[in-house]
Amino acid sequence: MTEPVIEIPTDRQIDTSQMKVSDEVAIQITDMNKWFGSFHVLRDINMTVNQGERIVVCGPSGSGKSTLIRCINRLEEHQSGQIIVDGTELTGDLKNIDKVRSEVGMVFQHFNLFPHLTILENCTLAPIWVRKTPKKEAEEIAMHFLEKVKIPEQALKFPGQLSGGQQQRVAIARSLCMKPRIMLFDEPTSALDPEMIKEVLDTMIALAEEGMTMICVTHEMGFAQAVANRVIFMDQGQIVEQNEPREFFNNPKSDRTKLFLSQILGH
Amino acid sequence: MSNIESQTIAYVRDTMIPEQAPPLTESGAIKWLRENLFSGWFNTVLTLLSLAVIWWSLAAIGPWLVNTVWNAGSLSECRRILDGTEGACFAVINDRWHQLLFGFYPSDLYWRPVLALVLLFVALAPILFTGLPRKMLWFSAAYPFVAYHLLWGGSVWLPISALLGFVAGGVAFVLVRKINGLAAIFASVLAPVFWWLVVAGPFDDAMSSVLPLGLDFVRSDRFGGFLISLVIGVTGISLSLPLGILLALGRQSDMVFVKSVCVIFIEFIRGVPLITLLFTASLLLNYFLPPGTSFDLILRVIIMVTLFAAAYMAEVIRGGLAALPKGQYEAADALGLDYWKAQRLIIMPQALKISIPGIVNTFIGLFKDTTLVVFIGLLDPVGLSNAIRASTDWQGIYWELFIFIGALFFIFCFGISRYSMYLERKLKTDHK
Repeated sequence: MTEPVIEIPTDRQIDTSQMKVSDEVAIQITDMNKWFGSFHVLRDINMTVNQGERIVVCGPSGSGKSTLIRCINRLEEHQSGQIIVDGTELTGDLKNIDKVRSEVGMVFQHFNLFPHLTILENCTLAPIWVRKTPKKEAEEIAMHFLEKVKIPEQALKFPGQLSGGQQQRVAIARSLCMKPRIMLFDEPTSALDPEMIKEVLDTMIALAEEGMTMICVTHEMGFAQAVANRVIFMDQGQIVEQNEPREFFNNPKSDRTKLFLSQILGH
Repeated sequence: MSNIESQTIAYVRDTMIPEQAPPLTESGAIKWLRENLFSGWFNTVLTLLSLAVIWWSLAAIGPWLVNTVWNAGSLSECRRILDGTEGACFAVINDRWHQLLFGFYPSDLYWRPVLALVLLFVALAPILFTGLPRKMLWFSAAYPFVAYHLLWGGSVWLPISALLGFVAGGVAFVLVRKINGLAAIFASVLAPVFWWLVVAGPFDDAMSSVLPLGLDFVRSDRFGGFLISLVIGVTGISLSLPLGILLALGRQSDMVFVKSVCVIFIEFIRGVPLITLLFTASLLLNYFLPPGTSFDLILRVIIMVTLFAAAYMAEVIRGGLAALPKGQYEAADALGLDYWKAQRLIIMPQALKISIPGIVNTFIGLFKDTTLVVFIGLLDPVGLSNAIRASTDWQGIYWELFIFIGALFFIFCFGISRYSMYLERKLKTDHK
């Protein structure tokens, strides 16, 4: 089999010096099952994510990959098994859920910025109301991260005035303002025009370079190749194959993975 | 290919054409007329027809309005002055305006409702216009008690002790919140109830005997005219919005009990005519209350009108909530905001903004519905117009009174409607 050509979505050299996987467990999922009504969406999921890992989850639509990461911050409730995030088990206990959510940032496919608030207010809202950060300090933090995603000049505009790529970068900054230990990305580039995908991926690469623990549901295989230390392939609610990216792309084991890769990489 | 073409038909402009004025038919009034009034034969016919209707109405009403008698003591005197010519007799307004505005409120105390109205605008200002200093909201919070005292009078300690009940609730909430959130909510309800039932009475008596301050007491049956419409309307409006929000949230709740209570309440109220509820308030409520309790009729009406408007409000706001994308809830959840914070900071600001036209509709409807209280014997402006007509002086006068009453309501309703349009423009952040 010839090696597939995967385009890396950045022009610069990726700095891997900070990308270290520690022994500390960030997320531990054991025998987790989830149903939507009678439909069994997630089946016996077992997964351990260490601090500093960059994981890309891929798979055909309806394979449960979004549902999986939405379970990690309890946007979806699982019915059996165990999910432990940063030492806190997710149960019906609202206190634990809020604790986990304030430690886990999430970026959505459709950005979900708050349209009635300015960019700056979007970023300071959670720090002020959840973390009780003083307003001035929260604004400083927000500006710091807006600079990091390269749009400090848009701070006083409303989300509706920004392009899709800019909105998604604001959404990333908004999550970072909570100083999360883990970031979840739910198809962050799927709703974007091609020229905007790159700016968002670039932001995500920069985040990976700083050693952030990341789980990304995405079809951007270039991104996976460049920064992921593990790729997970899901189908029909199950983890079918996982491997480090080079092996995963060049030497997929299961037929299902081979079929999927041949479809999205398009030889 | 295009390259070759551009070479074969090469062209370079050497003089630029200066800007010129458009032809007369394409600018100013003529263009406007052509585009808006005479754009086709159908439009032209409609325009001419409308002009005819306007002319006909003006010709019919104009002379009557212009030929107005402003000073006369009775309708017969008016007719004598008019001497057989067509003319309005607005002298009735001149003679009885105080009744239409204040009912039978003692005339030497008119300054009290007037002051209450002026202060109402002061209290509303910081709520309506966010540019004003936020400290003014403290006055807005105290306004209901100030207004109550100005309108009804009596001992100043009654509204103060009522206000202190709310303060007690607030203090209890803050103190207990450090221990437990749910307990704090109970404490914030129990503390004021305890205050009002147990402490308020003795406190009131004690303070009144030490420092007997207060205004002359005015009984509710002296209230009337536009005063009563405003009291019921303003109280109903300001209470029905928060109640409507709670009902809308309750209806969306996952808690079965809360949800069913809200649904039953909303559907019951929406299924019953307001006038039935008002009769219930005026007649039936007495049967249910313990004997000896006198429950002010105006207060009972306010409660009914508020509940009625709140049910409609709840449905309007539910519409706004339904229009919000699910992603907004998820984003708020994902940031770690709890339910109430998410509602207050993310969901409600957007849902209410979407619902502004519907909310204002309900407000205006409620305000105009206050005229229905005439049927349970309260003398609102319409009721007073009947009373005025019942006097021998003004027997047989209709139009002038109704025009005046209509104009009063129109000023307020139009004001509300204009404000809502201003608010919609101000809150428009989607830049579509």
